[in-house]
Amino acid sequence: MNEILILTILTIITAATPLVYAAIGELVVERSGVLNLGVEGMMLAGAVCSFATAHYTGSGMAGIVAGMLAGVLMALLFAFLTLSLQSSQVATGLALTIFGVGLSALIGQPLVGIAFDGLPSLNIPLLSNLPVVGQLLFSHDILVYGSFILVAAVAWFLNKSRAGLVLRSIGDSHNAAHALGLKVIRVRYCATLFGGACAGIGGSYLSLVYTPMWVENMSAGRGWIALALVVFAVWQPGRLLLGAYLFGGISILQLHAQALGINVPSQLMSMLPYATTILVLVLISRDRGRIRRNAPASIGQAFHPTT
Amino acid sequence: MSINANLKRALTVVAAATLSAITFSASAADPTKVGFVYVGPVGDHGWTYRHDIGRQAIEAEFGDAVETTFVESVPEGADAERVIRKLASTGHDLIFTTSFGYMNPTIKAAKDFPNVKFEHATGYKRGDNVSTYSARFYEGRAVLGTMAGMMTKTNTIGYIASFPIPEVVRGINAFTIAMRKVNPSAEVKVVWVNTWYDPGKEADAAKALIDQGVDIITQHTDSPAPLQVAEERGVMGFGQASDMSAFAPKAQLTSIIDDWDPYYIKRTKAVIDGTWESMDTWEGISTGMVGFAEYGDAVPEDVKAAADVVREGIVAGTMHPFEGPINNQQGEQIVGAGEIIDDGVLLGMNYYVEGVQGDLPK
Amino acid sequence: MIALQRRANPSQLMGYLAPLIAFALTLLAGLLLFALLGVPVFEAFHAFFIEPISSLYGLAELGVKAAPLIIIGVALSIGFRAQVWNIGAEGQLILGGIFGAAVALYFYEVDAWFVLPLMILASLVGGMLWASVPALLKTRFNVNEILTSLMLTYVAVLLLSWLVSGPMRDPDGFNFPESRLFHDAALLPRILSGTRLHMGALVAIGVVVAGWLLLSRTLLGFALRVNGAAPRAGVHAGFSQNRLVWVALLLGGGCAGVAGLFEVAGPIGQLLPTISPGYGFTAIIVAFLGRLHPVGVLFAGLVMALSYLGGESAQITLNLPLAVTGVFQGMLLFFLLATDVLINYRIIRKQAS
Repeated sequence: MNEILILTILTIITAATPLVYAAIGELVVERSGVLNLGVEGMMLAGAVCSFATAHYTGSGMAGIVAGMLAGVLMALLFAFLTLSLQSSQVATGLALTIFGVGLSALIGQPLVGIAFDGLPSLNIPLLSNLPVVGQLLFSHDILVYGSFILVAAVAWFLNKSRAGLVLRSIGDSHNAAHALGLKVIRVRYCATLFGGACAGIGGSYLSLVYTPMWVENMSAGRGWIALALVVFAVWQPGRLLLGAYLFGGISILQLHAQALGINVPSQLMSMLPYATTILVLVLISRDRGRIRRNAPASIGQAFHPTT
Repeated sequence: MSINANLKRALTVVAAATLSAITFSASAADPTKVGFVYVGPVGDHGWTYRHDIGRQAIEAEFGDAVETTFVESVPEGADAERVIRKLASTGHDLIFTTSFGYMNPTIKAAKDFPNVKFEHATGYKRGDNVSTYSARFYEGRAVLGTMAGMMTKTNTIGYIASFPIPEVVRGINAFTIAMRKVNPSAEVKVVWVNTWYDPGKEADAAKALIDQGVDIITQHTDSPAPLQVAEERGVMGFGQASDMSAFAPKAQLTSIIDDWDPYYIKRTKAVIDGTWESMDTWEGISTGMVGFAEYGDAVPEDVKAAADVVREGIVAGTMHPFEGPINNQQGEQIVGAGEIIDDGVLLGMNYYVEGVQGDLPK
Repeated sequence: MIALQRRANPSQLMGYLAPLIAFALTLLAGLLLFALLGVPVFEAFHAFFIEPISSLYGLAELGVKAAPLIIIGVALSIGFRAQVWNIGAEGQLILGGIFGAAVALYFYEVDAWFVLPLMILASLVGGMLWASVPALLKTRFNVNEILTSLMLTYVAVLLLSWLVSGPMRDPDGFNFPESRLFHDAALLPRILSGTRLHMGALVAIGVVVAGWLLLSRTLLGFALRVNGAAPRAGVHAGFSQNRLVWVALLLGGGCAGVAGLFEVAGPIGQLLPTISPGYGFTAIIVAFLGRLHPVGVLFAGLVMALSYLGGESAQITLNLPLAVTGVFQGMLLFFLLATDVLINYRIIRKQAS
């Protein structure tokens, strides 16, 4: 039984990690006052470029870097349109997803049906040999460790660093921030590109670790879930981790429940992760003050220094 | 807006000129045009991918005498009928609509294009110019079930299923019946993922099943993800639609291969020769519509032999995957010894047989 | 260095010219894309923009495709103006389809005039019911509507899948997951014989007019607009924040629900596991592409619908894979969205200081 529990947790970690990457990036983007709904498109671009690079070079690390760069390029396109040309963020983000789905399919045409070994697990010497804990904590691939470090780093950045304070104040009121002499557009560019890099790595995780292959549309809506998780987290990194693991956890547990032969229509079982997320959010949304403190007030609004 | 309108008019004139040039050049050779409507992207490496291989086989076979067209990822809703009509009205002589949800749109469109031949996959409505075709994949599943029954050590097999429709239920039952013939104590655990195509979710389902003690995985979803998981976790599995051994060189025992090539070539030839007639085709192993990948290295000789016996028996007609005695989940006999479930019942199958765990979601 | 300078007043001329400039830029970029892929350029443009609407049937199909986008787009744009982020119109559309179909199947044997109006009413209720969940959670528990409306869309998709493979399945359909075909009394009247153009197209125009009147002529419209510009300002017009949230979501849900019914009772004619190719999501783009103005949404809906039809015809006439049409569609949208900058800004050359 113990063994099943450990394996289940490992499965949940795999399911949650791409969500964590995509969502933590979007969290920073939104904290700077930008709403990028193109996460799905950026993830797909990251997934296909990652897989292509890993396949042709044989190096998983090169693949991750390529996935990150692909995400950055997609985000750059978005940033140029929305920040420099003031286009609507919501619509541009959705268009970015349409574009990303098409572009990734185009790039990926020769890659369908090709296998890749996947990233090796980094068994941390000695520690990984510990019973239970070793398997749970010290025998993952580099991206899983990276996701936890990233969340911690973002939490520190937003709450403890000066730059984080700048970013948050820009997200709360770009006009006030501008009046104080802060570079609104420049900071938002950086945040958006960071979000792209994270979504790209999330895509890398899909095509290099989760299911090491390329098939069209392989993200299958995970970019959208990531967007919802940012809201779930009330723009706080710690709670984002909770949300991603809750969503991933329920998704896996309902599969286990089915395998055990529970007599409930499978469609209703498949609803559980979505329904649970809503329910939990209702339970933790009571504190209005906290939400107001964290929600970036100027999210989604265009800013031009001459206004 | 008048500028816009003028621009459009000007463009229309230019375009009309180019169009007439195109149609003129096209009518010179006059090849037979074959159209395909796909439900997924050709890059899904599953259902649609195999139909597109079939399309390419037509081109390879007839060369310049045919022209093929496909429209991919056509949603099963209002869009399907428009796409089918558009193919019919652009000179296509033969149109394959390759998903169940295209049944009524195909029938509706076919009424208005009596000279165009339509072929709808996996449906049950026909017309003077509408044929139906499908593959008896359950025959292949019986072979897989035989192998799984002989090779399982834990006596539990994991089955990753897409949607609770008769086609999928039939496959689960054929697999289970064959498995229990060689190993009466083996059982099948089914997990429904409610998608044809989500590699991540399919992988998750495979992991959940393996964690609960299954040592062989089989699937009725599109991606190679479950097999990859099997490879990684050191259990066995079967491929789906294509030979997936590239993704699981050790784990793949064999794979059912959807081979539409001969059928597509045959039907195209019938249109070229003017001998096409509306008919219902439901073929299996015997005509090659249901094919197999090479046995994997892990398959022992006796299992290969037993699998071959089932294959040959089905081809020869001496063996049927749904030949009684068959019990329902409560252990009551529903088909007597020697009786065979007829095609009509198979077509709408909506119950589990003995050996499948859990209830069929309804 | 090139920079943007804000205009004192939005340029009306640019309001009309911007889409044309976008179109020209799309042609240029398309030239590059198609040349790069070795696709004959003029034929490609012809396939995308002209061929789909070069016949009466094609024009009617444009209406069939654009109607749901416009109906939902107008409703969403009103909500977006009030800063209510309903991105779950797809789920509300599905519920409308389910409710309407339930009426059609319940009165399966009845050939009476009241069936269709009852179906429309039911779909309105269904869509509103689904939208009232985010509204209730937002106003009572302060739960963000982006998450709830999106998550409920997934629930709706699964609910539909369960219903058509269980309770609402065709009893004579060999257990395949679809409902019976509706009777004539439950089908939308067609307004152009020989085509699939149905009543929904007229309703779409009606919704555009109604939306325009609501926004420009009523106090409620005023409250919705000012709430977007300055939250809580709506209170001065006599509408509380909560009431505006309810109005925006119910409006979006109701329209999406009716649009769902029009799909089910119009071109489809039965309930299927998939009744919409993502109209609820595409309508979000349409709303913004139309600058959140009902008349703009009308044109945006037509352009968007044309780009889909164009994608199909490019696949058929040129054998272009869908991937290319997706890239091209994305480019078209980028240009259309980006050129709107010219309305509020002029491009100037700035000396580097």
